[in-house]
Amino acid sequence: MTFSPSAPLGAAPPDTPLAVPFKGSGRRRRRSRFHSVSRVAILVVVLGYLVLPLVAMLEFSTRGDYGSRSLDSFAAIFSYPDLIDGITTSLGIAVLTVFGMLILLVPTMIWTVVRVPRMRRVVEFLCLLPLAIPAIVIVVGIAPIYQFMGQHLGTIGGSPLTLALINIILVLPFAYRAIDAGLRGVDVATLADAARSLGAGWPRAILQVIFPNIRSGVLAASVLAVALVLGEYTISSLLSFNTLQVVIYGLGKRDAYVSVAVSLAALVFAFVLLIIITRFAPGARSRAQSGAEEEPAT
Amino acid sequence: MTATNQHAGVGVQFHDLHRWYGRVHALDGLSIDIAPGELVALLGPSGCGKTTALRALGGLDELDGGTILVDGKDITNVPASRRGMGIVFQAYSLFPNMTTIDNVGYGLRLRGVGKDERRKRAGAMLELVGLSKQADRYPFQMSGGQQQRVALARALAIEPTVLLLDEPLSALDAKVRRQLREEIRRIQIAVGTTTLFVTHDQEEALALGDRVGVMSAGRLEQIAPPAELYDRPATAFVAEFVGLTNRLKGVAADGTVEVLGVRVPLLEGSAGPGPVTALVRPESVKLAPEDGAAARVLAVSFLGSLGRVQVRLPDGDLVVAQVEAADVSGFTAGTAVRVSVVPAPIFAVAG
Repeated sequence: MTFSPSAPLGAAPPDTPLAVPFKGSGRRRRRSRFHSVSRVAILVVVLGYLVLPLVAMLEFSTRGDYGSRSLDSFAAIFSYPDLIDGITTSLGIAVLTVFGMLILLVPTMIWTVVRVPRMRRVVEFLCLLPLAIPAIVIVVGIAPIYQFMGQHLGTIGGSPLTLALINIILVLPFAYRAIDAGLRGVDVATLADAARSLGAGWPRAILQVIFPNIRSGVLAASVLAVALVLGEYTISSLLSFNTLQVVIYGLGKRDAYVSVAVSLAALVFAFVLLIIITRFAPGARSRAQSGAEEEPAT
Repeated sequence: MTATNQHAGVGVQFHDLHRWYGRVHALDGLSIDIAPGELVALLGPSGCGKTTALRALGGLDELDGGTILVDGKDITNVPASRRGMGIVFQAYSLFPNMTTIDNVGYGLRLRGVGKDERRKRAGAMLELVGLSKQADRYPFQMSGGQQQRVALARALAIEPTVLLLDEPLSALDAKVRRQLREEIRRIQIAVGTTTLFVTHDQEEALALGDRVGVMSAGRLEQIAPPAELYDRPATAFVAEFVGLTNRLKGVAADGTVEVLGVRVPLLEGSAGPGPVTALVRPESVKLAPEDGAAARVLAVSFLGSLGRVQVRLPDGDLVVAQVEAADVSGFTAGTAVRVSVVPAPIFAVAG
């Protein structure tokens, strides 16, 4: 199965409180009531659509004997070595993908903004390309390379961790968007100029000045990358690597309960990761307050 | 005052600088000599190359030709990070992730100055710009004027060889701009750092510069002390760009020009002999109410310390005259006035 990283975002509550006491004419009040009712209805439908499968998974994976509830299926996760391997493999791929993506994308994008702004369009186009190419096409195209690596590069070449290479490409469109949003929030070119004039070379300017100010964008890109890797099935399966999703699918045929338990656990893991990262990210501080305070007389 | 005139400024020489942006010749053989400790203001319309010249000196933009000497040494190929120049930018450039004191101390941190010493020196710089109380604030908690002061403190903290100010005031509102302008001048004189100030605001340039260089299309039109630039423009461009000017018909002959019936000496470089357009400052135009005079007042504006009166001449031309504030009430729309000019040397262009 695959899951959508946007699920918890889509479930955000509406921005207006529902039970606002309205004043005004009866007609307006009636209309407001209609609005708030429809708002609740939409919220319920959307939440139901997103949450119902999760609730169903929870219900299914906690079924015990004779209608009782038990966590046996979750406990059983650890009795399948394949599963543990799959989890560690997928996490390993996720980590490598995040680092690879950041090393590839962050300096490139900063350099593009600061030094060659006219290439911004080109970089964006290249990064969005993977969205337009179906996974199956990528696999067919890239399979010979993996075959070559498996035959000639020893254990490293045959390791499932090499999937990170392909995942880096797959996450580019999402990571690009997230980092681009971060870069647009600050005047990167001027900050870099200022840092350089103060004595920082390019690496320091990027690391100490630009990077901290696009951190929220970078974190968002990383979360998306992890979520995508944990959900990726097609390519791993077609290239015959036992990642988490592939193992879960195989297990589903033998022990559906454990399979669903692992899926749910993976989902919860991604949610928790998302929450942790959004909590510790600095968030979008308002920088548009200049001029709000008056100049003190000196 | 905490900073003292401990390091005298160094001289800066631009020699035949060239820079192309595509087909635009942003710098077209620019040469300037800046004396040690001097504040030179580069003035010009947008796109004249003044910011390009500043960025070239700061090492932020490459040159296509020419050399830059600082203290006699060729620094043309030295990277920005090793030039040790303090730059204040037009856009707010404080690092949003650092507090004020960390911003000011960043250059010192890169130079390996220890934490306590850094805080002390950065604190002294903040005191110099009057923001000691804001030391632990973040940039987004400060007004635009405060941010630019911190940027100035940050640029000065590294004891720069040269201070570069790239339109640092243009994002601020008028009152703060004037106040900060005077503060910049005070601080620059106190620290004695050679300074290049770039602006498109002529009032700012004239008020701040020891000398003002007027640029147009990548070239230096004239560089001179403010009063000289204003009173004796060397080219038509300078005459028209700096200050307000009336364009009046005149006839030039023998180094003089006859304008509004007055014979006035011409500045060197003027057009002539024959019919010319004389460029006359509003303060050189004299008005006297006189019944039966052919010129008519069109409009009067009172500007506090002075007034400006718009007059239509008999031939239909418009002329603006500057009058004392006390005399403004003597003019109303429709008043018949006699118009003449003060016989101070003026510039004339062809046509």
